Amino acid sequence: MSKPILTVKQLTKRYGSNTIFENIDLTVNEGDTIVIIGPSGTGKSTLLRCLNLLTKPDGGQIWLDELEITAKGTDEDHVRQHIGMVFQNFLLFNHLTALENVKLGLVRVKHMPEKEAETKALEELTRVGLADRAGHYPGQLSGGQQQRVGIARALAMDPRVMLFDEPTSALDPELIGEVLEVMRKLALDGMTMVVVTHEMGFAREVADRIVFMEKGSIVEEGSPDDLFYHPKYDRTREFLWKITELYGKKEAQT
Amino acid sequence: MDFGRFIQFIASGTAYTLGVTLIALPSGLLIGLVLAFVAVYGGKLIGKFMDVYSTVLRGIPPIVLLFILYFVMSGTVNLSPFWAGSISLGIISSAYQMEIFRGAILSVSGEQMMAARAVGMSKMQAIRYVVLPQMIRLAIPSWSNEAAIVIKDSSLVYAIGVPEILRRAQLISASTQEPFLAYITAALIYFTLVFITNRVLGRVERKLTIPANP
Repeated sequence: MSKPILTVKQLTKRYGSNTIFENIDLTVNEGDTIVIIGPSGTGKSTLLRCLNLLTKPDGGQIWLDELEITAKGTDEDHVRQHIGMVFQNFLLFNHLTALENVKLGLVRVKHMPEKEAETKALEELTRVGLADRAGHYPGQLSGGQQQRVGIARALAMDPRVMLFDEPTSALDPELIGEVLEVMRKLALDGMTMVVVTHEMGFAREVADRIVFMEKGSIVEEGSPDDLFYHPKYDRTREFLWKITELYGKKEAQT
Repeated sequence: MDFGRFIQFIASGTAYTLGVTLIALPSGLLIGLVLAFVAVYGGKLIGKFMDVYSTVLRGIPPIVLLFILYFVMSGTVNLSPFWAGSISLGIISSAYQMEIFRGAILSVSGEQMMAARAVGMSKMQAIRYVVLPQMIRLAIPSWSNEAAIVIKDSSLVYAIGVPEILRRAQLISASTQEPFLAYITAALIYFTLVFITNRVLGRVERKLTIPANP
């Protein structure tokens, strides 16, 4: 029985009177890949940002391993070191090369010596297949390459868990494959991952569990087989049917 | 008075002009930069306060402010006109520079800040290593414009008796009855200073350009 890395209880987020999500319960076990799906505007991205405290939740609790990170007096910067995040728009540091992007956190946050950090950063770039682009600036890289640097930057911190916020949504169709391939490899290597995505092929193939969210709550969760072939709710079936129809053509190409 | 000495008399004011500029511009830079970061990251109330600071300073002619600040300063700390004038121009410029930097910070921050925090950096680290290096690059074109303005506005201290270029041109024009020659000489010196400054900053800007930055 693998142990939980992230445990979420009754998590709630509101902006004013607008409830983004309410009473979310979620457990992410070591080595699991959890894929969160659902219509846009249902709070998936906000949920992800609450998990590493980039956004403050209004209620509920989160544990990272045995540590409650929503407790008062938590060192948020320390928590974020251990939770990697990959963004929809890559968000690389535009003034730094690929290598420097990966290195910055190692040197400034982990206080690793320059040389060691450089070696480690190059290792991570090699892991995502971009060692030959180490000296390139973000503007000189394709979207797919930028996103892989983004993944390497997060991986370099040796996080306990990686959060992916629609990592392929801003990419041209022909660039999606290379990013999903890196993610697939990560999942196989045993990285614990929480992925918000519309890539149903990836979800079906890689996810240990799929979570279907709508209107700020979890409608249904289960194995890919359960959700794709025996969904409990019509709403799940409807959504999956629609999204597969929409993205199916694109997936056939990749 | 021969032509050479005529020119020399005015040109020797350049030292004061440069002196005033080299005090006013960096002090405006320092104050403006700090206030810009405080305005962006210091919360709503402080942001409002900064708005007032900048709106007031930018809403009054520099020469009027110069007189006010000069009389306040010379009444309280007994500064020479040169120092009082330079510091006053620095304070005035700080409001303009703050707006330049604030705009630059706002166009870099947000997402870049979030990305830096996600790696585990503190707010200060994110500002220092991610926001600052990018916003400086964005700010350079507007900042070199402000640098030119400060060079030109340094002429205002003639009104409180600092013997800089304009003041000297005025003096010699009165004593030689050659106003055209005197002011043309002053104009040429100012123009040269501004021209060189813009060229240098243009070079700095090109040097700092990030390849293919979106």
